[in-house]
Amino acid sequence: MKEFAPLPLQAECQPALRPTGPFGLVPRPLRVREVQRENARIRTFVLDGELPHAQPGQFVMAWLPGHEEAPFSLAYHRPVTLTVAAVGPFTRAMHRLEAGDRLWIRGPYGQPFRPEPVGRPLLVGGGYGVAPLAFLAETLLAVGQQPVAFVGGRTAEDVIGVKRLQALGVPVVVTTEDGSLGEAGLVTKPVARFLAEGRGEALYGVGPHGMLRALAELARAHRVPAQLSWEAYMGCAVGLCGMCEHEGVLLCVEGPVRRLAPGTP
Amino acid sequence: MPEEVELDLSVDLCGVRLPNPFVLASGILGTSETLLEKAARLGAGAVTAKSAGAQPRRGHANPIVVDWGAGLINAVGLPNPGARREAELLAAAKAHLAPLGVPPKMLAMRGTPDEFAEVARTVLRAEPDILELNISCPNVHDEYGEPFAASCAGAVSVVEAVRPVCTVPLFVKLAPNVPNIGRIAADVVAAGADGITAINTMPGMVIDVESGQPVLTNRSGGLSGPALKPIALYCVYEIARAVPGVPIIGTGGITTGRDAVEMLMAGATAVGVGSAVYYRGLEAFQHLQEELTAFMRAHGYTRVRQLRGLAHRPVQKPQEVPEQ
Ligand SMILES: Cc1cc2nc3c(=O)[nH]c(=O)nc-3n(C[C@H](O)[C@H](O)[C@H](O)COP(=O)(O)OP(=O)(O)OC[C@H]3O[C@@H](n4cnc5c(N)ncnc54)[C@H](O)[C@@H]3O)c2cc1C
Repeated sequence: MKEFAPLPLQAECQPALRPTGPFGLVPRPLRVREVQRENARIRTFVLDGELPHAQPGQFVMAWLPGHEEAPFSLAYHRPVTLTVAAVGPFTRAMHRLEAGDRLWIRGPYGQPFRPEPVGRPLLVGGGYGVAPLAFLAETLLAVGQQPVAFVGGRTAEDVIGVKRLQALGVPVVVTTEDGSLGEAGLVTKPVARFLAEGRGEALYGVGPHGMLRALAELARAHRVPAQLSWEAYMGCAVGLCGMCEHEGVLLCVEGPVRRLAPGTP
Repeated sequence: MPEEVELDLSVDLCGVRLPNPFVLASGILGTSETLLEKAARLGAGAVTAKSAGAQPRRGHANPIVVDWGAGLINAVGLPNPGARREAELLAAAKAHLAPLGVPPKMLAMRGTPDEFAEVARTVLRAEPDILELNISCPNVHDEYGEPFAASCAGAVSVVEAVRPVCTVPLFVKLAPNVPNIGRIAADVVAAGADGITAINTMPGMVIDVESGQPVLTNRSGGLSGPALKPIALYCVYEIARAVPGVPIIGTGGITTGRDAVEMLMAGATAVGVGSAVYYRGLEAFQHLQEELTAFMRAHGYTRVRQLRGLAHRPVQKPQEVPEQ
């Protein structure tokens, strides 16, 4: 008969279990405090609640009972703020929300942006991807960096979030594909110029996959680190269902932000 | 006690050797060959592909998983690309896994016993090392009716249909919510099953009191995680009693190495790991292995197999404990 000496709990179970507490991480309802119209397709919802420990780049799952649940990047965490483009049935239902209505939230989830140890990071957003950039800029400013933001859209109407960035004192370069506002062309054009002129030491990007791939190319060519936020269809958001896999990576827990080290092939 | 003796973590499931007892449970990360390989690289001793049906299936709408405090509840709804694509996935996974010495396992699920046999035939072309029949998914009730695992006759009908076409060890995954799981295990073994996987999730519901609605779109779902562990231990104990010697993959709420030890002591040969990937992160397999190893060292075990079924020994009064 072997002797059953109790093991110290700490040694037995490292690291600690996910600290969910007795109530778990069920969706909880937050009142809509304010709805801001960004353009015909995009609205920003300021909710009555905080996620003080959330970081830029992380996302929450938003649920409307009877509809769906889907991921949205945090545009801000105190108060919880989401910028939502109406693209399908669920996001259209969200756009019907008014001040005083409720939206159910669980999270935050996912890997956030982490400050690169550089002085001049470039922040690049396309479409509703601009949403988390002001939140990110704020944390980079807080550690003494001087970010520059690049905001792209097809037309002037599609360009959102510029005022929020400017209010933080962040210079913003605007591009539109039709030239109706700012520089004409894709947002990657001025980014490439900044990198070529040595005016950018790291890239942060949120937006369509085409834009992210172009940014990854630029980061490689200029040997700067890049942190890019990749979107995929998400189911559980906690690393179990496998639906958000992108080339072997589970974007809900290993992303959405993925870092590309300088010199990665 | 001699330090750092070489420990043998390997286990044998009907002649299939697993480098360690931890089996990636079905439904977790089993959606692609790259994820199956990832699980193996992260330390799984065997991996299970997600259940396949004859035709592709989309699964339920979100929310599909919720952490309600003492465990998870899920109703993913068996999304799968269909048996043909699943066979390709499995063949690719097998090639990736061979160098790691990790066997892939396959799940089959579909309406009638004949459809089970059809799916089995298709996925067996990929030569998985083990075929596991999922006759107990609680979340597709509306389309498929009561799970076959709910009765001896139902469970046996599927095994009898699949056995003749199955060329590899055949495991059957049983449901916990039956009056006598031991009897069902005995009947499916008599019908030709080589091993038992127990247990599937337990049917349950979580209600959002603010909206007055169940949280899951499917309304009900399957409970997993820590809350399930004592139920799983009991079921495995009962099965081990009913079919002694038949290999059991004990699954349900295993989150720590100590949980795994309990499961082995209840009579499991190998241990399924699912929700632990949520509670411990993708490193769960690594943590479980380290904790199991630490337990074995601290208690002088050298082989995982020594733990199997210890809880079945008759009670020994202290004075009767034999001297070592
Ligand atoms: C990490 C992450 C952050 C996101 N952040 C934002 C954001 O800040 N603002 C914003 O407007 N949108 C964001 N999205 C996208 C948003 O989740 C989808 O637009 C939304 O789910 C569409 O639902 P729908 O029913 O309106 O459209 P549908 O008609 O169902 O689909 C429209 C598009 O959205 C995608 N989509 C649908 N369901 C999901 C889902 N569960 N997960 C991911 N994509 C889905 C579809 O693949 C399709 O491309 C984010 C997605 C991810 C993965």
